[in-house]
Amino acid sequence: MIKHTKPNAFYDTFTRKGPGQKTTHYCPGCGHGTVHKLIAEAIDEMGIKDQVIFCNPVGCTTFLHYYFDTGHVQCPHGRAPAVATGIKRTLDDSIVISYQGDGDLAGIGMAEIVHAANRGENIAVFFVNNAIYGMTGGQMAPTTLIGQETKTTPFGRDATRDGYPIRMSELLNTLTAPVFIERCSVGNATSTLKTRKAIKKAISNQKNRKGFSFVEILSPCPINWKMNAIDSRKWLIENLEKFYEVKNFRDVDTGIKSHGRFPFLDDKELFELLEVSAANEKKAQKQLKKIGEHKVKIAGFGGQGIMSVGVLLANCGKTAEFNTTWLPSYGAEMRGGTAYASIVISDETIGSPVVDKPDVLIAMNAPSLETFENDVEKGGIIIVNSSIVPKKVTRKDVKAYYVPATEMANNLGLTAAAAVIILAFYAKLTGVFPVDVLKEVLPLSIKNKKYVEVNQRAVDAGETFFNEYKE
Amino acid sequence: MKKLMKGNDAIVHGALLGGATHFFGYPITPASEIAQSGAYYFTKAGRTFLQAESELAAVNMILGSASAGARVMTASSSPGIALMGEGLSYLAGSNLPSVIVNIQRTGPGLGYIWPEQSDYNMVVKGGGNGIYKNIVLAPNSVQEMADFAYKAFELADKYRMTVMILSDAYIGQMMEPVSFPAKVLKSKRKDWSVYADAESRTNLISSIHMTKEALVDNVDNLLAKYKKLEEDIVEYEETSTDDAEHIVVAFGISSRVALTAIRTLRAQGIKIGLFRPKTLFPFPKKRLLEISKSLKSIISVELNEGQMADDIELAVQCSVPVKRLGWYGGVVPSVTELVDKIKKTI
Repeated sequence: MIKHTKPNAFYDTFTRKGPGQKTTHYCPGCGHGTVHKLIAEAIDEMGIKDQVIFCNPVGCTTFLHYYFDTGHVQCPHGRAPAVATGIKRTLDDSIVISYQGDGDLAGIGMAEIVHAANRGENIAVFFVNNAIYGMTGGQMAPTTLIGQETKTTPFGRDATRDGYPIRMSELLNTLTAPVFIERCSVGNATSTLKTRKAIKKAISNQKNRKGFSFVEILSPCPINWKMNAIDSRKWLIENLEKFYEVKNFRDVDTGIKSHGRFPFLDDKELFELLEVSAANEKKAQKQLKKIGEHKVKIAGFGGQGIMSVGVLLANCGKTAEFNTTWLPSYGAEMRGGTAYASIVISDETIGSPVVDKPDVLIAMNAPSLETFENDVEKGGIIIVNSSIVPKKVTRKDVKAYYVPATEMANNLGLTAAAAVIILAFYAKLTGVFPVDVLKEVLPLSIKNKKYVEVNQRAVDAGETFFNEYKE
Repeated sequence: MKKLMKGNDAIVHGALLGGATHFFGYPITPASEIAQSGAYYFTKAGRTFLQAESELAAVNMILGSASAGARVMTASSSPGIALMGEGLSYLAGSNLPSVIVNIQRTGPGLGYIWPEQSDYNMVVKGGGNGIYKNIVLAPNSVQEMADFAYKAFELADKYRMTVMILSDAYIGQMMEPVSFPAKVLKSKRKDWSVYADAESRTNLISSIHMTKEALVDNVDNLLAKYKKLEEDIVEYEETSTDDAEHIVVAFGISSRVALTAIRTLRAQGIKIGLFRPKTLFPFPKKRLLEISKSLKSIISVELNEGQMADDIELAVQCSVPVKRLGWYGGVVPSVTELVDKIKKTI
């Protein structure tokens, strides 16, 4: 039984509309007025007016806020399901209604509706399909029938040129997540009553946290169909309802839907999660060695742990209370064979993190030495992993050191520790920070704790090798 | 105790402490670590992370979440930001706050994943349709990635605007030690948001206006807000500018290379300084004009063809020659190269 009083979910006077505040802006015979009323009555019956937020689409129903006494967010063309997602993920208890036309939903917004449905967003989507663009004045919609004349198909929609009409309910019914999909019609009183039921079901699904509900409503557009109100309803029943089968496609109860939330952490817990201390603890300032700006480049094969040893070095610099930067090589060059990390350790503010002229080059493989030998500053240092680099340093204006690091690491039982051995050697050689700093930082940098001990032995091995090193 | 971390991770840390509760992301190199870090920390902290189906969807999820009063963010890189142009314009037209991070890469088109600063015009001038601006912050260190992300949400809420953190692939990918503030910031209830309750029921978030008067009014309000920003939030940093005859103007990674370059040049007896805008919109026009009077030249150093240089020229009103040193295609000049080029320029 359709009531003929104005639902409470509508404004009494449409003050937002401008002139004509007692009537809608819809054309005579348009289906939107009917659909609006069915939604407003459902909102009234469920007593949820305060919770409702409409996502106003682009099209004839951009102006939902003229009529519905609820919250509104006006969305870009086709994006209402994404906007609805944003609202719903922010306000669990809201009732979010995405009201969209066929151009909006099945044309420009195809991606947004499919993905919102696929995520099972707990929203209600009302899709008014009148097989034509209304607001822009009667152009072809994705749902325009074959042969149907519109302003952009003046000779009728031709499947070979324009493609076929899209059946959205059937398309969404291929997805797993939706709980309710029904195609309805406002072609006559009986079908309108069924539409009323479907609309209420979709909203109550949301209220009960069931998930994504989609109601497609076949609706007349007399002006753009170039018919009167009565003929347009007849055409709807004889043509649209014939191509777009009016039926329920899905009505399942998958239980209450939740998005698997973790508990909301308070401030203290948040600091713990981020592993940053809330209090600005003052540590005793360590005596800074005057080192100026000290630039290191570590280079080798991808997989030799070049990046992580670079991070270890930067962490040592940080722990020794210097300023420090670490910059990786990344992208295509990493796949080409030579990976390198640039590290700057300095007792002043660091300018460029790019190390083009290193004070120290650590060459873990032969291509690294070839590529970067000439870049090293005059009087600089080159440390070579002599286990796998057969070449000697040719420059006479730098100091070269040869550490058979891979061999030593193999003896310890962990090839990957080679770079750590060299780092210990480097620390002793340059004195930028004591080897103790390396020992302190190392356990914090290794994720798999079973490798801590062998890496500590690698530090010892590097230190011993330095103490016994003969130039 | 400072924590050594990547610029991209620092963004997420700063944002969470700055009160961000929602992150709608979409992966793209070299910004993906922000989405990855967001997926871990936002989720674990009981906040919301959701991977959208596109940048377009992400920015529209932001529109929804910001309408509902949340402190919300996303991060992307140049082509992804271009795709968000539609949403950026709607956010501005609807007076919505949001925080969007751009880890710039090379263009045009797909370009490549190396750093460039060629989104300056797109981001600083707007990016979408209509008359509008974003607040644009330009960090040049990992510390500033954290600091700017932290304060961005306050700025966004205060001015009801998008705050764009305009960074680049190097600042995003590099690691430095970072310290963090001791206070977690929180969003207050906003009288214009839709909260799905009786109090906010009549609120309308919209950028459509059906009369010329209302359209003019809306833009006038935006312009007044932008003018106020020039009084309120301009930030810059000067190094060795006191007695300088020349200054380099640079932001982001360029300013880091430039800092070492001017130190080198000073050591050679050249009176040169560095002026670094931290806000690109509003641009530090006043201060540039003020200091330009005693200068022989200004050199704009950018990873593009000289986009910021146009703004410098406008700011100094032709009182001093503005020279352009630009690199692009992923090339970041070495200190040596920059020093040589500056010497030839001045």
